Amino acid sequence: MKVSSLSQEQLRQSLSGAGLNFRIGGFVFRIRSSLAAVIDGLALLYADYPLAPHNEFADFHVEVRRPHGPRRWFRPQVLFFFDGRPWFKPLPLKHALAMLEWGLNWCVYGHVNQYLIIHGAVVEKDGYAAIFPGGPGVGKSTLCAGLVARGWRLLSDELVLVSTADGRIAPLPRPVSLKNDSIELIERFYPDAVIGPRIAATEKGTIAHLRPPADSVARAEEYAQPGWVIFPAYESGAATQLTTQPKGLGFMRAARGTFNYHVLGLAGFQALANLIDTCRCFKLIYSDLDDAVAHIARLEPPSVATRKASAP
Amino acid sequence: MRQAQSLLVQAFCEPTSVAFLEEPQWDLLIRQARRADLLARLCARLGQYGSLARAPARARNHLDSARIAADQHATTVRWEVRCLKRALSGIELPVILLKGAAYLLADLPPAQGRLFYDVDILVPKVRLDEVERALRKHGWSFMHLDAYDQRYYRTWMHELPPLQHLRRRSVVDVHHRILPETASLKPDAEKMLSASEPLEEMGGVHVLTPSHMVLHSAAHLFHDGELEHGLCDLADLDALFRHFGKMPSFWDELIDSARELDLMRPLYYALRYTTRVFATPVPGRVIDTSKKSAPRVVGKRCMDALFTRGLAPDHESCNDSFSGLARWLLYVRSHYLRMPLYLLIPHLVRKAVRRQFKE
Repeated sequence: MKVSSLSQEQLRQSLSGAGLNFRIGGFVFRIRSSLAAVIDGLALLYADYPLAPHNEFADFHVEVRRPHGPRRWFRPQVLFFFDGRPWFKPLPLKHALAMLEWGLNWCVYGHVNQYLIIHGAVVEKDGYAAIFPGGPGVGKSTLCAGLVARGWRLLSDELVLVSTADGRIAPLPRPVSLKNDSIELIERFYPDAVIGPRIAATEKGTIAHLRPPADSVARAEEYAQPGWVIFPAYESGAATQLTTQPKGLGFMRAARGTFNYHVLGLAGFQALANLIDTCRCFKLIYSDLDDAVAHIARLEPPSVATRKASAP
Repeated sequence: MRQAQSLLVQAFCEPTSVAFLEEPQWDLLIRQARRADLLARLCARLGQYGSLARAPARARNHLDSARIAADQHATTVRWEVRCLKRALSGIELPVILLKGAAYLLADLPPAQGRLFYDVDILVPKVRLDEVERALRKHGWSFMHLDAYDQRYYRTWMHELPPLQHLRRRSVVDVHHRILPETASLKPDAEKMLSASEPLEEMGGVHVLTPSHMVLHSAAHLFHDGELEHGLCDLADLDALFRHFGKMPSFWDELIDSARELDLMRPLYYALRYTTRVFATPVPGRVIDTSKKSAPRVVGKRCMDALFTRGLAPDHESCNDSFSGLARWLLYVRSHYLRMPLYLLIPHLVRKAVRRQFKE
């Protein structure tokens, strides 16, 4: 059963009651909320997601709700609960949907050690994943949305899950969080995009979420081979430059942007070394999204590139 | 409600019983264990009994993830101990480890899947200034620089304010007493110090004798801590009793040391609640002797009511309508035991006011 098969009223009742089990990638999230902004947000952005039965094991139990006490009414706030306990500082009530999204990210990167988790976006084409490591502000979400608009499969716009068992990339498709100017940019670039409400004045400015394509959601359990690691940097007015990144430096940059490299110890080092070894590494400076996407589309997968390099 | 509580404890006591759990129960078991900080230990425990394979795949992932994090904690603590050893070798003082780090380095059962937040060491009070200087020279510095905090620790507590390493961010607690200066029980730390035993595998590192180790753990759980990780600490005691209890002389030494160190009451609590919660095997005569140090009837009833709640995982599935009150009373009790009221009240008021301002 999918989220979209529930009526708005059914969705509201379930979410504000015992909650619903959302199947997202390899995880099940039990989500509860009686806040209209969250219910509407889930109905829109998660329409294509499958729901797991209520008695299935849920990896994470989360709830977004208003606090008791004066801040319920006076400059109202919202809290994120992890298994019944508030986590993080409260945010303004208007940021409820963004808080849910941030909270869901934290559930994964704060608890899961089957994967080396790199902060970054990742998309797939023809079985190969293009990984864009980077924190906020480097333009990875814009790039990710741009590639998705041109037919790449969304694996994640925030968390790259590198399996420590076999080095493949596990998808965790969730709404792409667009910030500030890139919201309008993507609206123009991707006319079919379904974009959620604009959430103003967050820590990261104005945010809006792009709904993942139904195909990406449906193929959420299909892993991808790592193909390219591309370090993006958005520079206003710059011409697109896609240049090779030395692997040693690539390793160090990627390691700095991981959530659990230090927790995994040797397994983390091996997973990252293997990733960097198998992938082709690049640095991307861009300002024109269309051109950047075209450059990336022309990249050859590692196997082809190696064959050419070793040909006589 | 009470029945659900036993899910975690039952899995601990009878690891093979998890074979009969349905998926929603696994869901609850993992949540209770995570909340009690016992997820990695549950993993280790189930592993010892070959019950890990019984876990549904996704429950298993959580157990394994916690185990991976705990392994990393252990590696970090081993490294920290080496660094502490180097820092204190300059003043020719051995590193006497307490609690988690001691269990780990002495390879004792409670170290299995245990999480560590800091390393605790015990030093002679007369050498405290030297130790402080040596640690600061090697890169540790105080986390609380506030004059009030410094005075609070130095005048009333049994340890220095926590020291954090500037580069590694690791924290060491330097103890010079067993309980706070102002506590009513006054065990003599010098006796524990002088009896401490060097580790074979690592020169310059000591741990307490088995009976002192147990008494120290009991004193902290029942007379000092705020019971934040109550069940976790009780599981430590259970594992220590089971391990050391196999040595013929252990139980007599334990009673003798408890008398000598004025720690009969905490020992009574340790025995009462490990046997009640984990069915720890303890000889009848030891129980009988310890009962002489029990509180009177009313007090005993009250403490039972408080501790059975305070030692349960702080999870909605384990709480009843008195759990919140019980935890609050135990919190008040822990402070009351630490210092007399004329010191305590101003301290708590100050803490509460400061918390308000911070928010």
